[in-house]
Amino acid sequence: MNKYMERIYNGIWKENPIFVQMIGLCPTLAVTTSAINGVGMGLSTTVVLVLANILIAALRKIIPDSVRLPAEIVVVASFVTIVDMLMEGFTPDLYESLGIYIPLIVVNCIILGRAEAYAMKNNAVLSAFDGIGMGIGFTIALILIGAFRELIGAGMIFGVQIMPASYVPVSIFILAPGAFFILAILTAVQNKLKMPSATNGSVKKKKKAGGCSGDCLSCAGHDAAKAE
Amino acid sequence: MEKLFNVSSSPHVRDHSTTQSLMLDVIIAMIPASIYGVWQFGLNALLVLIATVVACVVSEYAYERFMNKPITIADGSAVVTGMILALNMPPQIPVWVPMVGGVFAIVVVKQLYGGLGQNFMNPALAARCFLLISFAGLMNDFSSASLGFDSLSGATPLATLRAGGEVDLASLIIGRIPGTIGEVSVIALLIGGIYMIVRKVITPVIPLCYIGTTAVFLFIFGGFDVNYTLCEICAGGLIFGAFFMATDYVTSPLTQKGQVVYGIVLGLMTGIFRLWGASPEGVSYAIILCNLFVPLIERATLPKAFGKGGTKK
Repeated sequence: MNKYMERIYNGIWKENPIFVQMIGLCPTLAVTTSAINGVGMGLSTTVVLVLANILIAALRKIIPDSVRLPAEIVVVASFVTIVDMLMEGFTPDLYESLGIYIPLIVVNCIILGRAEAYAMKNNAVLSAFDGIGMGIGFTIALILIGAFRELIGAGMIFGVQIMPASYVPVSIFILAPGAFFILAILTAVQNKLKMPSATNGSVKKKKKAGGCSGDCLSCAGHDAAKAE
Repeated sequence: MEKLFNVSSSPHVRDHSTTQSLMLDVIIAMIPASIYGVWQFGLNALLVLIATVVACVVSEYAYERFMNKPITIADGSAVVTGMILALNMPPQIPVWVPMVGGVFAIVVVKQLYGGLGQNFMNPALAARCFLLISFAGLMNDFSSASLGFDSLSGATPLATLRAGGEVDLASLIIGRIPGTIGEVSVIALLIGGIYMIVRKVITPVIPLCYIGTTAVFLFIFGGFDVNYTLCEICAGGLIFGAFFMATDYVTSPLTQKGQVVYGIVLGLMTGIFRLWGASPEGVSYAIILCNLFVPLIERATLPKAFGKGGTKK
């Protein structure tokens, strides 16, 4: 795997922004009432993320360290405005259902986080691949959460009736509490199956430390075991 | 003999009550209300009761078995949760609804937080609110809840009161009204409540503060009308909630002062929800909200240990 593909793998699996890093949860919880909303939010964030990463990486030697946060925000906000206007013009329905969360992509911590953690330290091409990886990881997570919420809460996926007609939708799942239930369950499944994420990675090699059966690298038992 | 030589640190409290005996007393206390509900609403009410209890016990067993935890179904707490949840259901509800609620109560609200004693809100009530939000249509349908009493169909007394109508206080007290299975008869509920107080399962502090505050609040803001206030107290889930749900050991304050504060906050919230909320009833939401305040209330009312906190002379 070359270093470009590694970035994409990293964004989708190893450091998935939602299920592993747990950042950008506000739009995740708020807009995933259906799978199509997840697609829209995920793709628009991906576009902003990739473009902002490229520009910030290109400008990283010009931006003075002391004003890097305002500079990054200005770059992100410009791209968000472009995406916002494009969506209003070409996908008015989606724009309507995502509402305030499109302009709020500016303050999505995935974008600022990647700019700070990656784009300010690496070249533009690598940063672009990092943005693509993180964006795809984010989109997949949103689609998964949206699809499960739509399935349980409305009996449909992408607007197509899946459940039999006699199924009574559990409407709490398309309301706010349902987002927390689904996110928690999917994260738990990710942990349980020991998917190759950054937090699960090294645990497979060694026996479980102490009484905890968790997988966290930062677990006290893990550190204690390491010290021995 | 082994117990006689048991060495442990203080306090050396000797008491014969166990979780099992306390839960058994609560179950006995709910029997009058259950019998009345089944007698008034018919066989579906009985079916709902049995199905909910079975769902709770089975899901507790299944979860503990699957997670390799000690099986605790014998302590009766799952049965109590199931009964409270069932008594909170409209009588004509399809049986699968309370069963889903029972699984939610035990698995999500109780077991995921660590089982009996660890849940931060009353499992039965959290499940009821889950069902209320999920299946609003089914959960608010009291229209066919009138087996044997033609005059009973229609809106619940609280909805009637909200709309400015008159309700007969005597039938409220006996329970000849539409409502959930367990909440209708004030007499049956009071028998159970007094039984629990006599058996020292609960102290009367929380129920009295709760009902008293609600009464004062509704009397002041409801237009100084004694009859209206009495009807509000006897209608809906207030009596049931005050004696059986607000007094849950796990989710109510331990300290005496805290219990008074808890009861008063409950009463205020119920009054506010009933008068200005979207729905005419507010007991369940008031109780689970106050469950969340309990750690705060306990911290504020923690008594000082003997010898601590005095001023130096």
